[in-house]
Amino acid sequence: MTKYHPLRQLFLARLRTFYREPDAMFWTYGFPLILTVGLGIAFRNRPPEKIVIDIADSPRAVEVKTALDADERFKVNICGTDECADRLRLGKTTIIVELGEEYAYRYDPTRPESHLAHISLDDALQKLAGRADAIDTKNVEITEPGARYIDFLVPGLLGMNLLGGGLWGVGFVITDMRVKKLLRRLLATPMSKSHFLLSLVGGRLVFMIPEILVLLGAGWLIFDMPIRGSVFAIVVLCLIGAISFAGIGLLVASRADKIETIAGLTNLVMLPMWLFSGIFFSHDRFPEAFQPFILALPLTQLNDALRAVILEGQSLFEQGVPILVISTWGAVAFALSLKWFRWT
Amino acid sequence: MDQPMSAVVICKDLRKRYDSKKKGVDALNGLNLEIREGECFGLLGPNGAGKTTTVEILEGLIRPTSGHVEVLSRQWNGRDDTAIRQRIGISLQETRLKDKLTVFETLVLFRSFYDVGRDPEVVLEMVQLQEKRNSWVVKLSGGQRQRLAVACALVGDPELLFLDEPTTGLDPQSRRDLWEIIRDQQTRSRTTVLTTHYMDEAERLCDRVAVVDHGKVIALGTPSELIAKLGGDHIIEFDLAAGEGAAPDIESLSGLPEVSTARVGSDGYLLTVTKPHIALPALIAQLESQNHELARLSTRHVSLEDVFVTLTGRHLDDDEVSPA
Repeated sequence: MTKYHPLRQLFLARLRTFYREPDAMFWTYGFPLILTVGLGIAFRNRPPEKIVIDIADSPRAVEVKTALDADERFKVNICGTDECADRLRLGKTTIIVELGEEYAYRYDPTRPESHLAHISLDDALQKLAGRADAIDTKNVEITEPGARYIDFLVPGLLGMNLLGGGLWGVGFVITDMRVKKLLRRLLATPMSKSHFLLSLVGGRLVFMIPEILVLLGAGWLIFDMPIRGSVFAIVVLCLIGAISFAGIGLLVASRADKIETIAGLTNLVMLPMWLFSGIFFSHDRFPEAFQPFILALPLTQLNDALRAVILEGQSLFEQGVPILVISTWGAVAFALSLKWFRWT
Repeated sequence: MDQPMSAVVICKDLRKRYDSKKKGVDALNGLNLEIREGECFGLLGPNGAGKTTTVEILEGLIRPTSGHVEVLSRQWNGRDDTAIRQRIGISLQETRLKDKLTVFETLVLFRSFYDVGRDPEVVLEMVQLQEKRNSWVVKLSGGQRQRLAVACALVGDPELLFLDEPTTGLDPQSRRDLWEIIRDQQTRSRTTVLTTHYMDEAERLCDRVAVVDHGKVIALGTPSELIAKLGGDHIIEFDLAAGEGAAPDIESLSGLPEVSTARVGSDGYLLTVTKPHIALPALIAQLESQNHELARLSTRHVSLEDVFVTLTGRHLDDDEVSPA
């Protein structure tokens, strides 16, 4: 009777109900992709903005403007004294220079961009007047892939997606089936309960593969993100994360008998991790006193481990602590759900 | 009960109390049943009588507060549950299946849970859903979903089939198709437990029926036995035109020849009679002598509905009034 093997049929049913649900497909694959591309473009590394400088109209204004225009750091305007003052007040320019016997700079030193403009403009005008550099310098510019925001972001989004997948793909699905009394109908058959749970976790692991491909693929193809560690190590970390988060999903769904309840519990679990676990910015920015709590969260450990492998090329063996923390969460969640789970 | 037929279901002194914050509700008050192998057994009663509670206890879906339950010589104790479920088929009163699985995929899924069972293609034909084979469940009409729910109950080829209100919402043709399925169970000596609102259905299909009210069995027997208890095969229903004169009293009506019982119904008088050709002329003669004018008169066979009304004073489709 292999034709009707229950685990296989339950697993097929899970796959079918997933890929036939456009909403589930979008939130699992489309939304993270849009988030990656959107944030990657919004926070891409741009050349420094030009410094806007106004020269108060005077006989030498055009000559000085031509000289400054050659320097690509500056955007230079010439205007009347009153108009220049208005522009400074409205923030349209950062500094005004009046070219008299001595040069007069008008600016607000408490505005950082005006402060920068003052130093840069004075330096440029002094050089034009013939000042020589006392020592030779050279600049080494660093904008290599791997140190940009997008490189930081993609592993974090991958971790976030695995968390969401466990909570929605297991917790929400179970609660929905309980609310619609489908769980009760299945319970009325000789179906093995472990087959049922295995099919849900198995489904999560299969849906995880395109999640990894979509996110890392977008980072790699669109943003030239480096993947320095082994793909095997990344997949193993994602696997451990996905199983643990499936356990947490099962735990929050063990008693929930209303959609509102599961939605609330899911947010309760996800929000702290979205905030503290270093998805969009490093968790090091939180005060030292918070760190033990933050480091105890499974998503923090998963994100840190993914970044260490993807961006720093660390091996799986160096991720012992993260793997231990994530697995402990998973094991405790599965154990508690077996104790608390209600089918009807 | 002395017959040597083996019982597939035995309930003794079954009680179920639902506790809510203010007061508890007793859904079952010491219900006793014995269902025999190969029969179609009907549970009749108004909403809230305890039919569904009884069936769901027998199906192992809820636990009774107290009492003894035996299904296929086993008990719901956790150890034997899967063994019982391998041999029973269930159609719940309201079954929601996965919206985005097709009819056939749903049947194959349910088939996979049973060690032995029917070919899903055959079951599809039994419930006349071949044309909907590849439709998603969400696209089915109410009647088609009901038939799929019954198909899910049949796919394990159950020895004991539970159908809770299976024909509610079905069109006449689908109802007749379902009756065929139940008769097929009977000819194969398989047992069916049926709850229904439709008396004609119970009379046609059931070998025996139990009338349930306030969580107890108040009458048990074959449909013809129960009807015979009313003391007549026929009912004369009549109503009088509004007019002069005192209303005829029940006692004088029940004293008419061949009339076994008389009562006042919601829209007129009802007499249970053995021989209408003798009772009718006597009735008309009496009404004429009292100057009453008939507004309407009809005769029909006694039904299970009459049995129920006589026993409880209520109609089967009345909603439950608070237990006395």
